[in-house]
Amino acid sequence: MTLTHFSAVVLFSLFTSVVFGITQRSEPKMMIRFGALCFVLFVGGTIAASWLMWAIKH
Amino acid sequence: MTTNIQTAQAGGKTAIHPGKQAKIAPSVVLFAGWLVPGAGHLLLGKWVRGTLLLLSITAMFAIGIALQGKVYVPSSGDPLDILGFVGDLGAGALYLLAHLFDLGHAPVVTAFADYGTKFIVVAGLLNLVSAVDAHSLANGRKQS
Repeated sequence: MTLTHFSAVVLFSLFTSVVFGITQRSEPKMMIRFGALCFVLFVGGTIAASWLMWAIKH
Repeated sequence: MTTNIQTAQAGGKTAIHPGKQAKIAPSVVLFAGWLVPGAGHLLLGKWVRGTLLLLSITAMFAIGIALQGKVYVPSSGDPLDILGFVGDLGAGALYLLAHLFDLGHAPVVTAFADYGTKFIVVAGLLNLVSAVDAHSLANGRKQS
């Protein structure tokens, strides 16, 4: 199986966010909101860290 | 937050007000949730949550195996490997099957195999979180 680095990040973030959303909130609406927030923070944080590393290198 | 714990105004003491308790023993729910991802929620009739947990954790574990991640064993002697083993063991039956069929690769030689190793460990840890959540639902600590 081959993945790109980005697709690995997206898959990891998706599955982790689903579990976090279900387990850390009680109401279905809040589960979806918290899961979405986790997903955005996972992916956004990774992209931000990637650009930071690129900036340090250059 | 998620629980129905309320802090008393006087003295700051924490009081737990049990919610609706399940007919199934919480320890059984905890064990089932550990053994099969999402099974604790399914036993409690939380079909959507249980199915989503089952799919997410199983897919994460399977992707880790497909990426040729390492499945830790307890007897390596390296303390970091023991931590990895504890994480892997959280996946319950998935780990036991992977160990039984000798899935995964011991020497991690590529970046993606390292990603796979992390997928497997995190799948186990997430399964522990979901099993504890099912336990909290069963004993009334979490209302819904």
